[in-house]
Amino acid sequence: MDSFYKNKIARAWWWKIIAIVCLVYTCYYGFIGEVPAMVVLHETIRNLYFHVTMWMAMMLLMLINAIYSIKYLSSLNRYHDIVAEESGKMAMVFAAAGLITGMVWANYTWGAPWTNDPQLNGTAATILMYAAYFILRNAIPDENKKAKVASVYAIFAFVMMFVFIMVIPKMYNSLHPGKGGNPGFNKYDLDSNMRMVFYPAVIGWCLLGTWLMSLKVRIRRIKEITEEN
Amino acid sequence: MSFTRKVAQLVLLEARLEWKNKQSITALLIYSLASIFVTYLAFQQTIDLTTWNSLFWLIMLFASTNAIAKSFLQDSKGLQLYYYSMLSPKHLILSKIIYNLILLSGLSLVNFFIFQLIFPISIDQTAQYLLSILLGSIGLSTVLTMVAGIVSKANNNAALLAILGFPLLFPLLSIIIQCSMNAINGFDWMVNQQLFIVLISLNLITVLLSYLLFPYLWRE
Repeated sequence: MDSFYKNKIARAWWWKIIAIVCLVYTCYYGFIGEVPAMVVLHETIRNLYFHVTMWMAMMLLMLINAIYSIKYLSSLNRYHDIVAEESGKMAMVFAAAGLITGMVWANYTWGAPWTNDPQLNGTAATILMYAAYFILRNAIPDENKKAKVASVYAIFAFVMMFVFIMVIPKMYNSLHPGKGGNPGFNKYDLDSNMRMVFYPAVIGWCLLGTWLMSLKVRIRRIKEITEEN
Repeated sequence: MSFTRKVAQLVLLEARLEWKNKQSITALLIYSLASIFVTYLAFQQTIDLTTWNSLFWLIMLFASTNAIAKSFLQDSKGLQLYYYSMLSPKHLILSKIIYNLILLSGLSLVNFFIFQLIFPISIDQTAQYLLSILLGSIGLSTVLTMVAGIVSKANNNAALLAILGFPLLFPLLSIIIQCSMNAINGFDWMVNQQLFIVLISLNLITVLLSYLLFPYLWRE
């Protein structure tokens, strides 16, 4: 537990400033900035800054979840388990946000909020996996046992999730922009104007997710201290 | 004793325990027979190839969940303690996976023939279909055995196996259904080759993960 207080990065302020600056910049230029005119996509291409970036933040948080689960299994330090749990929760929040922004966008672009697309199915599976992770956590009353069993499941789930959303969609055609011959924002047509907003947006949302996660970990710590006294 | 011999002996032990108590294996057969018959009543023989294939794998999914649910359940407390003192967890998980693999391959072959009997269809590439059944059984047995191990630490709640296991099986099932559909439609080996390679590597990953992670579950 004490290692958290020695963790200077969680308490440092500089990366939180970067997060705020990036997000304000994203929100301003995301709506005002120039975007290339493309068939089908038109102005909805701006969803790139708010939808795709949600997935990036979610993937980062899931990676943190998996890394801290591995760390817990090798160290049995409870702090690692708390970080794993909170990053899993925050990943679910970003998954929900990514799903909603994607469904609103798809409703106007594809004409339906849900289609049988490998990437959508992968997302649904991922959300179910992490929901199952929390059900498993709640099913075990003993703290140490819970942490251990949940870590094992989280590592297993992360690998499966990786296969499902990174490998399988490559094998099929997708409706998503830039895939299966659809116009999109891959490296050939993502112009430099959009890149100037997209990269800061990714950094901003990822940092925001990490920041929220670290705040929740600190709240847990404060609760534990107040309960001890 | 060498590693393989130890695992082989454990598989034999598992089989003997199962054989001593024949009712569980009979129950499993009747479970899948009953579910096939329910689908027969529901569909009244008008069934196309895609539905045939999907139904087959759905029934396999539920039957194997049922089959594997008891794989850690039936070990009594005394037997578990005995295992704990005598064995390394790596032997145990491998032997359980291999035993469940044999069980599921047998079950899926039986299911396959009954399915063919009730809903006769012609499969163009039977060898490919059988290979996909084998690979599917490996995947199902590995993932579900590992999850059954996890569930056994969570008060053996039976519903938990399905909740935890199904999402992990989505990647496997989506590839396997595609793969076996290609076999029914009689595509050439070349078409399915990529899918088979993905399946084999997926199975390798899951076996490796269970092998590495199970010891942590064991020593709680």
